Amino acid sequence: MTALCEIRGLSVAYPGASMPALDGVDLDIRAGERLAIIGESGSGKSTLARALAGLLPEGARVAGDMRWAGGEPPQPGRDLGFVFQDPAASLNPVLTIGEQVAEGARRHLGLSRRQALSLAVEMLEKVRLPDPGKVAKAFPHQLSGGQRQRVAIAAALSAKPGMLIADEATSALDMVVQAEIVALLDDLVRAAGMTLLFITHDVALASGFADRVAIFRRGALVETGPTRTVLAAPAAAYTKTLIASHRDLATPPLIREAAP
Amino acid sequence: MTLLVAEGLSKRYAAGRGVTALNGVSLHLSPGETLGLAGASGSGKSTLARVLTRLVAPDAGSVRFDGEDWLALSDAPLRRRRARMQMVFQDVLGAFNPRATVASALEDPLRIHAVVPKGERAPEVAALLDRVGLPADYAGRSIREVSGGERQRIAIARAIATRPALIVLDEAVSALDVSVREKILELLVTLQEERGIAYLFVSHDLSVLAAVAHRIAVMEAGRIVETGPTSRVIAAPQSPATRALVRAVPRLVIE
Amino acid sequence: MTTMWRLLATPEGAIGLALLVCVALVALFAPVLSPGDPLRIAGRALTTPFSDAAFPLGTDRLGRDVLAGLIHGARASLAVGLAAAAAALAMGLCVGLAAGFAGGLLDEALMRVVDAFQIVPGFLLALAFVSVVGPSVPVVVLAIALGAWADPARLTRAQVLSVRERDYVAAAQVAGMHPVEIAVREILPNVLPPVLALSAIIVAAAILTEAALSFLGLGDPNVVTWGSMIAEGRNVLRSSPWLSIFPGIALVVTVVGVYLLGEGLTRVLSGRRAAA
Repeated sequence: MTALCEIRGLSVAYPGASMPALDGVDLDIRAGERLAIIGESGSGKSTLARALAGLLPEGARVAGDMRWAGGEPPQPGRDLGFVFQDPAASLNPVLTIGEQVAEGARRHLGLSRRQALSLAVEMLEKVRLPDPGKVAKAFPHQLSGGQRQRVAIAAALSAKPGMLIADEATSALDMVVQAEIVALLDDLVRAAGMTLLFITHDVALASGFADRVAIFRRGALVETGPTRTVLAAPAAAYTKTLIASHRDLATPPLIREAAP
Repeated sequence: MTLLVAEGLSKRYAAGRGVTALNGVSLHLSPGETLGLAGASGSGKSTLARVLTRLVAPDAGSVRFDGEDWLALSDAPLRRRRARMQMVFQDVLGAFNPRATVASALEDPLRIHAVVPKGERAPEVAALLDRVGLPADYAGRSIREVSGGERQRIAIARAIATRPALIVLDEAVSALDVSVREKILELLVTLQEERGIAYLFVSHDLSVLAAVAHRIAVMEAGRIVETGPTSRVIAAPQSPATRALVRAVPRLVIE
Repeated sequence: MTTMWRLLATPEGAIGLALLVCVALVALFAPVLSPGDPLRIAGRALTTPFSDAAFPLGTDRLGRDVLAGLIHGARASLAVGLAAAAAALAMGLCVGLAAGFAGGLLDEALMRVVDAFQIVPGFLLALAFVSVVGPSVPVVVLAIALGAWADPARLTRAQVLSVRERDYVAAAQVAGMHPVEIAVREILPNVLPPVLALSAIIVAAAILTEAALSFLGLGDPNVVTWGSMIAEGRNVLRSSPWLSIFPGIALVVTVVGVYLLGEGLTRVLSGRRAAA
């Protein structure tokens, strides 16, 4: 697989912070892969996502290199789609769903308003929203959290970018919706041959579909490699801790079973 | 002897088309027991938590708590009895007054319910901090200076300060990092074993409930659709809602 | 107190505070800096500024000392401006708190009253009030306050409605805190910051409104204010423009000082909340 982006020595420091958010990160992103960036809060995973998308705040000091395959960094919207954690905050409350999803297509594909709106309805159908025509005319507050996140995904993909970054896109959703959204992302990305960068704190969630994982801790890249390899035989102590603290339904309970 | 018995709780929000948040919910809880309340968002579990803690009034139904008609209490008698039922919230930062210090947050319940005489409040605060695994010198810190996991420990300390019989935990670990989550769950279980506190644990994550709940009640669209011992509900879920929740728990896929 | 230091760290806050402290000191020490009645006839009429050492800023048509007028005018402008703003804030806070906490019919009724006061331009309201009741300092203060209280009322109510929904208010309820204590200790301190940030603008507007009222002859005739000095100078604007220019500059300096201080405060307060 060719490298879509080679990150070398990337360091990011926010104004007023004593510690760097990212410290000398070397990472390759391969075209067409599903890469999971895994870390707890403060690990720098969101900073990495924003640095790649050019969304760092003013005043953030960046050092190091991000070498993109095309030579130029990707243009947000056209080459790169971004899905944020909070669907309530990432959608404009005063615009209809259709207008927001169509925006990317209008701006980057040069479609007329009518063409873009009809593309928007198609996208809403692709993200498995029932009655897409009606949803296109609705406003964000009329939808549930999971539905809004589907809209956000549709909007991110409307200009058919080559890469999608999902920054904790499921962390604000409940378990059931989370599983649906992850499955949706996986299907969409594979069907379009897109590259997916999935930022998450949940190792297990990533293990279900990611090709490669990159484990971050306090701004540093701890370990990276194919999912199966890293999870079956973690090299770093932190990776081992992360895996050990994962809890699912098979993990023994903390209470003694018999109710008092 | 049951600690809490709720029968036929209903609540309808009239805004817009009208949403039925609770539709005839009944449950019971024994002393020292943990009842897990599971469900997807919108299932009504948070509304139920708020109705039980008297933050929201139900349209219908009854609640007997500690042998009394809980919903009939009001004003001063209600405020006094509140010592017996406390709550821990999901939003770790929003659950504290931004201007509070750790000490003030813990002293408020001690003062309101005269748990200890005035002179003994400071040592009691130190004892509470110690019980939740925080150093005593945290007392002087502002709430904002403390990390997320530590804040939740303080929230737990605040909840146990009045020696409650029941604590309602509304997605209390959902906003925490995985490693921190485990420690908080261990703390809760230890406190339960020591003090015999019952928990009503609301969570959309069955794996959390599998860790700490003796029984699980699953909610969907304002109703309880399944109840039973934790191990049975998870191993042999009867309702579609439960099955969806079981399937949704991510499993570590290692070949 | 740390707020004060952070305020001084911002350029707006530092400059604003510096300007205002100067004006406030002048106002405070007016009798010392310029003893005697500023409205007395002190010398020859219409002396140009910087020509006579006894009257550095010249004299007006009646021979009154312009510098004395400026110094004593600072008192009136600041006193009226601050008093009016304080009254507007107090009224606004009371109404906003009542509406936000009570809800229901009282909330609706109060908000319609606020609507009514917001629709009428503040200056015209003040003008009408003073015209009807008669010009004197207390009346002017009340008139300006009447035109300015509606904005803080609305903001306070919005803040109350927002803060009431926070989890820490619910936590206080669950802890068994008395409703009055919740209102005073949990809600009120968190409602105030944006309203206080608004106060700087209200003070600035109050000072200008007072000057405008005095300019139109509706201020207290026995008190020298910058507005009345500008009005005086209007008659000889072509030949002796300095009579209006100096008080005008004083007004600008004061209002800019208040505004910058307000900007600095807003920066500091919102920066702190954003960091939380």
